[in-house]
Amino acid sequence: MAGIPVVTSQVVSVEVNGTTYEREVEARRLLIHFLRDDLDLTGSHVGCDTGNCGACSVLLDGTLVKSCMLLAVQADRATIETVEGLAEDEQLSPLQQAFSDHHALQCGYCTPGMLMSATALLRESPRPSDEEITKAIQGNICRCTGYWNIVKAVKAASGQEVAE
Amino acid sequence: MSETTTLPEPVVVEEAEPKRGYAGQNVPRKEDKRLVQGEGVFFDDVRRHNMGYVHFVRSPYAHAKIRSVDVSKALEHPGVLGTLTGDEVALLTDPFFQISSPPGAHLKDYCLAVGRARFVGEPVAAVVATTRETARDASELVEVDYEPLPALTDARQALADDAPVLHDEAGTNLTWEGVYEWGDLDQAFDEADRVVKISELHFDRFNSTPLECNGALVEFNRGTSQWTIITNNQFPGFAAIMMGPAMRVGIDKLRFVTQDIGGGFGNKITSHPQLVACCLLARKLNRPVQWTEWRTDFHLSMSHGNERWFQDTEVAVKNDGTLLGFRTTAVDDAGAWLRYEPLGGVIWAQVTPGMYRWRHIRLDFKQVVTNKAPVSPNRGYSRMQHLWFTERVIDIVAHELGLDPVEVRKRNYIKAEEMPYETPNGCVYDSGDYAKMLDTALDLIGYDELESKRADAESRGRLLGVGIGSTLDSGTNNFGQSRLINPELQFSGNNEVATVKLDIFGEIVVTLGTTPQGQSHETTASQVVADILGCSVDDVNVRAGHDSYWNSYAGFSGTYASQFAVTGLGAVKGATEMLAEQMKKLASVVLGCAPEDIELAEGQARMRENHEAALPFMALGAIINANNAGLPEDLDVTLNCRYVYRPPFDPPDVERKYGNLTLTYAAQVHVAFVEVDPETGVYEIVDYAAVDDCGVRINPQIVEGQVMGATAQALGAATHETFTYDEDGNLLTPNFYDYHVPHALDMPPLKTGYVESASPFTSMGTKGMGEGGGAGIHAVCAALQDALRSRGNPIVYDSSNPYHRVWELLSDPASSRRRVSVEPR
Repeated sequence: MAGIPVVTSQVVSVEVNGTTYEREVEARRLLIHFLRDDLDLTGSHVGCDTGNCGACSVLLDGTLVKSCMLLAVQADRATIETVEGLAEDEQLSPLQQAFSDHHALQCGYCTPGMLMSATALLRESPRPSDEEITKAIQGNICRCTGYWNIVKAVKAASGQEVAE
Repeated sequence: MSETTTLPEPVVVEEAEPKRGYAGQNVPRKEDKRLVQGEGVFFDDVRRHNMGYVHFVRSPYAHAKIRSVDVSKALEHPGVLGTLTGDEVALLTDPFFQISSPPGAHLKDYCLAVGRARFVGEPVAAVVATTRETARDASELVEVDYEPLPALTDARQALADDAPVLHDEAGTNLTWEGVYEWGDLDQAFDEADRVVKISELHFDRFNSTPLECNGALVEFNRGTSQWTIITNNQFPGFAAIMMGPAMRVGIDKLRFVTQDIGGGFGNKITSHPQLVACCLLARKLNRPVQWTEWRTDFHLSMSHGNERWFQDTEVAVKNDGTLLGFRTTAVDDAGAWLRYEPLGGVIWAQVTPGMYRWRHIRLDFKQVVTNKAPVSPNRGYSRMQHLWFTERVIDIVAHELGLDPVEVRKRNYIKAEEMPYETPNGCVYDSGDYAKMLDTALDLIGYDELESKRADAESRGRLLGVGIGSTLDSGTNNFGQSRLINPELQFSGNNEVATVKLDIFGEIVVTLGTTPQGQSHETTASQVVADILGCSVDDVNVRAGHDSYWNSYAGFSGTYASQFAVTGLGAVKGATEMLAEQMKKLASVVLGCAPEDIELAEGQARMRENHEAALPFMALGAIINANNAGLPEDLDVTLNCRYVYRPPFDPPDVERKYGNLTLTYAAQVHVAFVEVDPETGVYEIVDYAAVDDCGVRINPQIVEGQVMGATAQALGAATHETFTYDEDGNLLTPNFYDYHVPHALDMPPLKTGYVESASPFTSMGTKGMGEGGGAGIHAVCAALQDALRSRGNPIVYDSSNPYHRVWELLSDPASSRRRVSVEPR
């Protein structure tokens, strides 16, 4: 080990779910750790260290991103949406409700990221086909459900009939 | 019968007594509201003032002598709070208790490597710093002087003269062996028309890779010498038994707390070494410490599933396909340490004959240690390997004798009218109708149209194959089976605890000893409580998670081994019935009648004959908790009831290796259609049916969710997931790039169905379920073998069949065929 990298820091300002935060963060800090450890928004999760699992998925200026694949400083002045912002006044969004109705979650660890990927999909394509849904969530790993009920829930949330 | 999600009829436990209520209904999950809002509390979400972050320094060698560990440079690094090394650990702790009889009993297993590293990724030292990043940086400043030693990576070579011996204390790599023999093998082979010989089959190494890795936040209370361990360990009862003696403290000093756990599947049972390291650091540094395992660390070091070779198998069979018996040698690769092993050496015996009636069985189980990650329970633990073997045997026999696998199964399945059925080794299959399950599964997938589907696939240049997997999910362990491993052990039976109380404002509060990881215990426990107390499920507050200081904790508390519907709900039912009796007794005193005159309904205790004479639950709670003057002195009512469920077991007969090892036997029959591209070996599962029987289902939607999850994991294991090592002992699949778990696009169309055979041995007719039996692995293996029949008739000999292995079977079928021979008698 040649030595420890020089630690630099920078002030980052973000708007998350309508609230503006300003924090000084180390330049190397990942966005997911910034959200979880610095802003205490622990809804988004970490399931891998290679960008494969999608548990940390959030919307950054409306675009779906894996927040472990970005540095916090890259999010400076961005608007971020996370799972904590989906419900309004304690009322679950139709997507959240559909996840519960169709048993699309078990342990719930992948669910926040899964919900954000599905949210991004439904904004793009309000009545997606099964194929569109599976493509949209292919970057999110779930180890509990086998995805069948997740696909069903996303479809139901879009107002389409699903087979019971 | 086979519809997937239609509401069932009200549950009928005893035919004369139809019971209506929440049990049997798809009650929405109580857990969901917090989880879909990101408001679950997983261990890594918890913070403490001044907490330090732990990072483990891990061995880059599969096998090496540790000459020295120098932490001085790390300690000088800004932000580092302290370190822990193997030398310290050897002074401060005793080796973990070993389950094994000798020679495995002699292993000296500590929480960090002491003197020698035995697999890539083994923790050698730990560093604590003010941030995760600093701890990780500083761990690179720890200087470890290694002297590499030859690595043993193939279990089959563990006994060779030139094999490196991993543990000098044991003196051999064969750490445990047990020869099991039941029935009369000579007679079986005398009676046989043919003997089918299979030289070697291989069950691959993988695990369930829960999405949340292991970890803990550990606090030490200096004044009381107690540790609070906020963790996702899924079997705190086992962790406490391992940790207390090693740390030289009573287990009351160890408080385990969890709320939400991000999947477990057995893989979170053996985190006790890392938890001990965290406890030592919290005490040494006098501050809370937090450890979150990285994904790569999980893959390198945590809870691989048992890899097993089946060698020199001989099967005695009649010409009509009647199976008489088999003998085989199972060589089980435990990895470097026996963290839960050698329990796998007996747990397979819960399902000795699989679903079949053969009575003459001999299995020589040899467990060896290798320079790979230690194995630990993994969904389907040890039975899955054995069931894969028996299913492979069935299909190879059918294939080689030119018989129909459906007919061979039906001819040999234990019949519904033979239930309860005692297996050759004394296990009692409680109930089931396997032939009906198979018919249901074949109907669902459209087996009638098999030939037209084959023709259609052929017209597209594809080979279509069909495969069946029929397995058992034995649940509710009799821990007395551990005595077959080590007669000195003083474990037997099983237990689980629940408390139910009525609080001051009428709140119904339930605590469980379990540690759910997605199995919906809050929901199903509420269903059982509400039905007994005559209230709404919304009125029942089941505390989320586990706390070993709640008094709902016993030696076997936890969530593992397919048992909650029996042990957990059995405890909930027992405690709630006690509470109901007390509520009736109290109401009878207040209302001036006999307890038998009182019923509980609509949130009230009221007189059966006069509903006006009623006390709301709130009044009962208030009287006992806050307004109790004047109550009769001998009124034995606390409205706070604790029940320990204890299944009816005897210790097994150690000499004969005989006895009932588990209480219930859920069953699975899966059928897969696969299409193979003969040019490349690339294949697709084009259709799939899964039929499950777990007795009475408290919440069918939740049961179906478990069936789906177990199916997905089996398909992942069958197709792509593997922990493959190179010859130097480097894991080639240490992350989700290389270790490919199923993604949404990988999933086949799925049809689910069920058969409901109530267990006669449980109070609600339920059976433990959730592990599945790995039926998907067998179904895919059998379907591939069927598909490739016209291409040289290869034998599928491995549980893991990624495309390249299928291509090998296509390009060189003869070498696989050399594994099998059929000899007439």
